[in-house]
Amino acid sequence: MQPIKTFAARLLPLPSENIDTDQIIPARYLKVTDKAGLGDALFTDWRARDPNFILNQPRAKEAGILVAGDNFGCGSSREHAPWALLGFGFKAVISTSFADIFRNNALKNGLLPIVVDEATHQQLMSLAEEDPSAQITVDLAAQTITLPDGRAVTFPMDGFVKQMLLQGVDEVGYLTAKADAIAQYEQAHGGTLRTQPSLS
Amino acid sequence: MPQTLFEKIWNAHVVAQDAGAPAVLYIDLHLVHEVTSPQAFSGLRARGLQVRRPDKTVATLDHSTPTKDLHLPIADPLAAKQVAQLEANCAEFGVPLYGLNSERRGIVHIIGPELGLTQPGMTIVCGDSHTSTHGAFGALAFGIGTSEVEHVLATQCLLQRKPKTFQVRMGGALQPGVTAKDIILALIAQIGIEGGTGHVLEYTGNAIRALSMEARMTVCNMSIEGGARAGLIAPDDTTFEYLAGRPFAPQGEAWERALAGWRQLPSDEGARFDQTVTLDAGALEPMITYGTNPGMGVPISGRTPDPDALRDVGQKNAARKALDYMGLRPNQPLLGQPVDVVFIGSCTNSRISDLRLAAGVLKGRRVHPRTRVLVVPGSQQIKRQAEQEGLDTVFKAAGAEWRESGCSLCIAMNGDQLEPGQYAVSTSNRNFEGRQGRGGRTFLASPLTAAASAVEGQIADARMYTG
Repeated sequence: MQPIKTFAARLLPLPSENIDTDQIIPARYLKVTDKAGLGDALFTDWRARDPNFILNQPRAKEAGILVAGDNFGCGSSREHAPWALLGFGFKAVISTSFADIFRNNALKNGLLPIVVDEATHQQLMSLAEEDPSAQITVDLAAQTITLPDGRAVTFPMDGFVKQMLLQGVDEVGYLTAKADAIAQYEQAHGGTLRTQPSLS
Repeated sequence: MPQTLFEKIWNAHVVAQDAGAPAVLYIDLHLVHEVTSPQAFSGLRARGLQVRRPDKTVATLDHSTPTKDLHLPIADPLAAKQVAQLEANCAEFGVPLYGLNSERRGIVHIIGPELGLTQPGMTIVCGDSHTSTHGAFGALAFGIGTSEVEHVLATQCLLQRKPKTFQVRMGGALQPGVTAKDIILALIAQIGIEGGTGHVLEYTGNAIRALSMEARMTVCNMSIEGGARAGLIAPDDTTFEYLAGRPFAPQGEAWERALAGWRQLPSDEGARFDQTVTLDAGALEPMITYGTNPGMGVPISGRTPDPDALRDVGQKNAARKALDYMGLRPNQPLLGQPVDVVFIGSCTNSRISDLRLAAGVLKGRRVHPRTRVLVVPGSQQIKRQAEQEGLDTVFKAAGAEWRESGCSLCIAMNGDQLEPGQYAVSTSNRNFEGRQGRGGRTFLASPLTAAASAVEGQIADARMYTG
């Protein structure tokens, strides 16, 4: 994973609320065994249904931030959803809230789920709808987005996760470094369940 | 200080907690299936890591597997590759696999409880959002993404922030013809599909205590549809009776020791929840959804909403969009809506008790000529039991298709799918656009409602059939 640096990007408005991960990437695309190439299937059914759908417009490829409605990413736990968003070219999604599993999955892959209040959200949605070339700047270290009018808005971010993202490291290293504590825990609390030997 | 069931399980599983960092949470059971694991095993391989505890890991095949002609090679080359990949990964890393030809294979959330792997007080994860099912046993069970699958494979641990708690108190007693599925659909209609976000639900009250283990699993299964990653029910004698004697349940003295521990798990008197909601189960009717998320549910005698009558702009737009996709009119009664397909299956409602309910309605009756009915048992064991009870004969005589176990039409990855525009009454858990096949339209309901609708070829009130 690459360290996340401050970046400026164009916005793409997608005002629907409760966009579930089946819309982001339908289940028939989950029969893959790697992560590559899923960007082509992002919102594929919505793109097929409406030639004017925003992701079919040329501006979509120029955008780096999706501005979507409340409760983005609800439903299935498929990590293919953030893989597809990243594969398409998005670096962040802005909404008023995210579903828990999607938010976790996004952060594991360096896709920023940015939560803003309703007023800021409306402002960003209007901006995105009115001016396809408008850019905002995302500064993860400062936890701010800066609008074209110069106004900076802060967003919440887990401090631990933020450090990981800024350094470009994932959690496996942190967890494997806890091997001694894990071994001690297993000795003290091992639990009786063993899945082996398996039944015939 | 009095503790909730959730807090007891959480506290017992914290391995380490650095200042400012999330807890390192130990995982007692990791369930694995073919769709969300290949990239996790590849990650392990790339890092040169092993599976830390293959003896706390179990894999099965369910999502992309066929539900008929199991003796033939899998026709879809991508599904075949994914199945072969899991077989190879399990062999390489020593993970037990209940494979295509295993008599113990089934939907991952069905076989965990069935084999006695799912036990009270455990932490259980799986790369699947319906892992919440296992909470019915008083286990903290939640869905994770593929990155986290890799973390658990490598370390048997996850980094987690402590969620909040949310009590769902369900008083009263269910009326005849009203089931666990109706309880959970009614709850989600009330709290909304993000009502439980950031929380672990605990279902309490007389109506919950009166449910069988299978019905409790139906309730916990759909916690995620209310936004909560996990839903819990305190273990009691119903739980222990279900578990006793199952293959992986503790035996003899170990059983007695386990039992003593499990009896300490229920939330203490006076334990505090961050939120509480109360529902009267006695007031519930059978529920059905009309829209494109599981929160869009109404009593079966109800009507679709009129978007123009809704004040909230978001709700107005959502209702309009949902009715447009579903091809339904505002204020339309749900009863009498023609149905092309009925699906009885999924990790929500494919257990033996679900099949018995459906068969009870279909016995001596015929499926309506315009309707196709798929009955997909949750596991090969359930399939065998149903056949021993003659349920398969009832289904086939009525004109329904009787299949091998798997996720099937719930997620439509295996060739079982709706055609564009088709209407289905489905006992599964999600009615999202295209969930059961591109352009397909889903009404979520109980096995009773599904079976009654199969007979009438339209959405029907099962209470006319259940005496």
